[in-house]
Amino acid sequence: MRLIKLKYTKWYNIMKQGLSESNPIAIAVLGICSALAVTNRVENAIAMGLGVTFVIIASSATISLMRNFIPSKVRMVTYMVVISTYVIAVQMFLEAFYSDIATALGAYVGLIITNCIVMGRAEAYAVKNPVHYSIIDGLANGLGYTYVLVVVAIIREMLAFGTILNYQVLPDTWENWVVMAMAPGGFFILGMFIWLIRELTKNYEVVN
Amino acid sequence: MGNSIEIFISSMTNNNIALIYILGMCPLIAISTSIKNAKGMGLAVIFVVTITAIINYPIYHLLKTTGTTQISLLVFIITIAATVQFLEMFLEKYLPKLYNTFGIYLPLITVNCVVLAVSLFFVNREYSFIETVSFSVGSSVGWLIAIVLLAAIREKMAKKSDVPRGLAGKGITFIILGILSLAFIGFTGLASI
Repeated sequence: MRLIKLKYTKWYNIMKQGLSESNPIAIAVLGICSALAVTNRVENAIAMGLGVTFVIIASSATISLMRNFIPSKVRMVTYMVVISTYVIAVQMFLEAFYSDIATALGAYVGLIITNCIVMGRAEAYAVKNPVHYSIIDGLANGLGYTYVLVVVAIIREMLAFGTILNYQVLPDTWENWVVMAMAPGGFFILGMFIWLIRELTKNYEVVN
Repeated sequence: MGNSIEIFISSMTNNNIALIYILGMCPLIAISTSIKNAKGMGLAVIFVVTITAIINYPIYHLLKTTGTTQISLLVFIITIAATVQFLEMFLEKYLPKLYNTFGIYLPLITVNCVVLAVSLFFVNREYSFIETVSFSVGSSVGWLIAIVLLAAIREKMAKKSDVPRGLAGKGITFIILGILSLAFIGFTGLASI
């Protein structure tokens, strides 16, 4: 009984939107740069996903709190300043506690600022809605982004190195597909992933 | 001098910012439906990337002497937003012809990761001023090459090919990009960055 009730609550619907129906990567195709560049290793993908999730939640909450004070003419610059503050926090955190991952991600941590998902959620949701819904929306989109990243990274790391999270999963006779660790592998796997998701959800893109 | 020429060539081909470093994907996919729009966007990117890199270089060194490099990200993004805004107003007022060619793409550039990435890369690689200029021009020309190639292929495909329904649109664009990227990997060893 409670489960049925759950289906009609607003936060359940927000979660569903972010995770499947309007998934930021698979359906809306936003924030692709980082999704492709860091997914050659699963640990990098997890770090990037969590970093982006944190930035989306924090910046959505902040912008939602300030939504009545931001003049609409300078709102873009305001978003930029808020987002970059949180990105700097993520960058310093990674450098202090996980310096290996920080080196592997390099400039891509800083590029979370221009990740269209963060900007998009601020503009499309946080600036119009109260704080608690903005936080759930940020969480949903962040998790939707993270799970696509992790799935793509698992496929790429397995084919490129025969490992997942540095544990050997394929037999020693496996011939490593080096191209999967490079840019083309990312493009191919993400293209195939989008095809699969659209075919499974029957959510076809209208091309004119 | 020789080094900066090498950087210029390398950042266009075997270190292409769009196809090898996978940056600036959102506009690359959204605007590559026609060659005309692709060219306009590419020219606007060359313009903005070069100018912001030239402005950000002295600012970064100022931050370095005062020991506040942590906030360089914040400063870079504000410089970029301000430059784009200023360029838009300036072109509209004084060079209306140029504004009509690529003015409409200018607001979109603030969220193009290429602009910020070029500023972050010259910091990471510790370039001198001349190297920074040749790197920024080279990368943005490389981005123009990538978007025009992609747009040309997509224009032809829209007329002639029969793509599976689930793959149509964004999906097939990624497959094309993958093949283009494989081709650019063929330049490996041409020049080093």
